[in-house]
Amino acid sequence: MMRFAFSREPVSGADIRRLVGDDAAGAYVAFEGWVRNHNEGREVRRLEYEAYESLGVKEGERIIAEAGQRFGGASVYCVHRLGPLEIGDIAVIVGVSTPHRGEAFDACRYVIDEVKHRVPIWKKEHYVDGDSGWVNCERCASAAHDHDHDSHDDPSGDERQRGTGRRQAG
Amino acid sequence: MPNVRIEYFAILREHAGKDAEELQTGACTAGELFNELADRYAFPELNSMKVAINEEFDDWDTALADGDSVAFIPPVAGG
Repeated sequence: MMRFAFSREPVSGADIRRLVGDDAAGAYVAFEGWVRNHNEGREVRRLEYEAYESLGVKEGERIIAEAGQRFGGASVYCVHRLGPLEIGDIAVIVGVSTPHRGEAFDACRYVIDEVKHRVPIWKKEHYVDGDSGWVNCERCASAAHDHDHDSHDDPSGDERQRGTGRRQAG
Repeated sequence: MPNVRIEYFAILREHAGKDAEELQTGACTAGELFNELADRYAFPELNSMKVAINEEFDDWDTALADGDSVAFIPPVAGG
């Protein structure tokens, strides 16, 4: 059964709760990520999410399988929205059921943190002032112009330099 | 000269002006291919870029084969 999905339609916590329902479960923890009206000091009007869906589903499924192994057979479902979203919309839901509460909290935290770091999803913010930008992309681009790349303590520095190093030389 | 399919996402899609394309490249590796396309489309400098080949994360120095599908992964921002 698929445990990670993308959705272009609104999602509800009640649906996720049903999907992880289990007679052996004594605990249920859910995380909802909401679209907020500000980020990094700027007023946000709306968002767009885009994903590399085929790889994203595979990576999401891997994360959920890891959570099941680490946290006592946690039953997990995660759905992430794609397309245009408004302030207050649910962007992502993670629902976890386990026999006991400790593993439910831990597994939920693990899944949302890993999804944010590993699943190929991109967020474009549209600001109240009319500007827009891809989160984690625009700032890196400007920071790269302002600072010496070699001084960055970036675990994937090799990859970055392979990809963009020739720009420094040129 | 491998013939490869390339998929573009997010900020790279906007710079390339397209979702995907097929092309014959002189690049031997995924990293060389990225540099070739970064010059063509004036991609911005990005930290922590990753690459996927045939729908799995892969290394920049992986040799390209005819028919490969390559996707460049700019910094992600789910959640």
